[in-house]
Amino acid sequence: MKLTDQVNLISQQDVQLCYHCHKCTAGCPVVADMEYGPDRILRMLQMDDRERLFASHDIWLCASCETCGTRCPNEIDIARVMDALRMLALESGVTPAEPDAVKFHRLFLMVVQSMGRMHEATLFAAYKLWTRHILADMDSGAQLFLKGKIPLVPHLIKDRDQIKKVFKETQARAEQ
Amino acid sequence: MTSTFTYYPGCSLESTGIEFDQSIRAVFERLDITLQELEDWSCCGASSAHSVNRELSLALPARNLALAQPLGRDMVIPCAACYNRHKTADYEMRNNPIKRRELEELLGFQFKGEIEVRPLLDIMVNQVGLEVIRSKVVKPLKGVKAVSYYGCLLVRPPEITHFENPDHPVYMDQILETIGAEALSWSYSTECCGGGLSLTKADVAAKLVNRLVEHAAEAGAEIMVTSCPLCQINLEMRQTAVRKKLPIIYFTEALGIAFGCSEASAWMRKHLIDPGQYFSSLGLL
Repeated sequence: MKLTDQVNLISQQDVQLCYHCHKCTAGCPVVADMEYGPDRILRMLQMDDRERLFASHDIWLCASCETCGTRCPNEIDIARVMDALRMLALESGVTPAEPDAVKFHRLFLMVVQSMGRMHEATLFAAYKLWTRHILADMDSGAQLFLKGKIPLVPHLIKDRDQIKKVFKETQARAEQ
Repeated sequence: MTSTFTYYPGCSLESTGIEFDQSIRAVFERLDITLQELEDWSCCGASSAHSVNRELSLALPARNLALAQPLGRDMVIPCAACYNRHKTADYEMRNNPIKRRELEELLGFQFKGEIEVRPLLDIMVNQVGLEVIRSKVVKPLKGVKAVSYYGCLLVRPPEITHFENPDHPVYMDQILETIGAEALSWSYSTECCGGGLSLTKADVAAKLVNRLVEHAAEAGAEIMVTSCPLCQINLEMRQTAVRKKLPIIYFTEALGIAFGCSEASAWMRKHLIDPGQYFSSLGLL
């Protein structure tokens, strides 16, 4: 299947509708740090340029603020297109251009899968160890801890079996 | 008249956004509205699930909707990210029969679509009403110069969030004016703060935060008022290149101070940038 079709299927959008008015790029808050910007991402998608898209920083830099999709005259929800590109890039096995973002998402979901809720202390410790950014944000992290905003004891929900089932079955469905 | 809502605090309100939860509970008590916390609620997957697996990003909040449905009451969600994810799952189940059946089968329930997922600001303005809020004010926030900051996820995408005016929301400004503060006009109330990138791309988040803080200061604001715990922590943590750090509070903390809640000082101490000093200097704390 062409990448365009795969993305359209996952995101339930039609990227071929884009006529490149650049409103998305003009309003994107993170475009200054992107390589291409949302408009060129859509163009590359229309051209089926799988390789460049999967290797791009932009799909991980998108902050999912939904400004682009809200302004798009063709009502393309571009943030959802970015989500679909992230999923397909991960599935393809390409090394992501922003590995820290992927590590963060994976750890976040691992915590939720095992406890049913977020536990920041576990997430931050695991993220620091995995990315080796041990010293980053130590100061504010310590302050948050001292102010009682990072509980040490996690709250485990009762019906964790259901959460495990949700993770297992949605994973299986995504792989289909 | 008392009313009761199902309350979904979300994970942040148990940790980095604890003063949001505390101020919500205190303010609602004074408004005679009962918030009944959803039993055994789980994380909505927030910013991570939708980046990795769309099915999961719908199933996690749908589980909470399934738990809330038999209670028959609208569900109030303060966190903008949690609100957005639950509203998205609700929207899919209302508009996409195939998705609805998949989720019903996975979670063992039947979606009826009888309860609404509602943001806190909507409850405050449309359920409680500005007149009732005004009647509870014992300490008008005279002299407080604030900008309202709504951020992204409460207002966008508009066809899912249905939050008043996506380009120019006014609920928070109306509440601030009602309790005696000055809600200043500025152009950045729905611009992204980069909260979703705060940990993984701190430099990018800092750029967005500093831009917001500079524009708020330029508008004459001495404090920024938010309704999202992810924006709040990001705005506090990532202010770097600014002349003077701007305190960032939740609108429910402002309400609590105006209602004379004695717990307000304790909320102020939870902040990384102390707003307590500002309110004390105006004789409000």
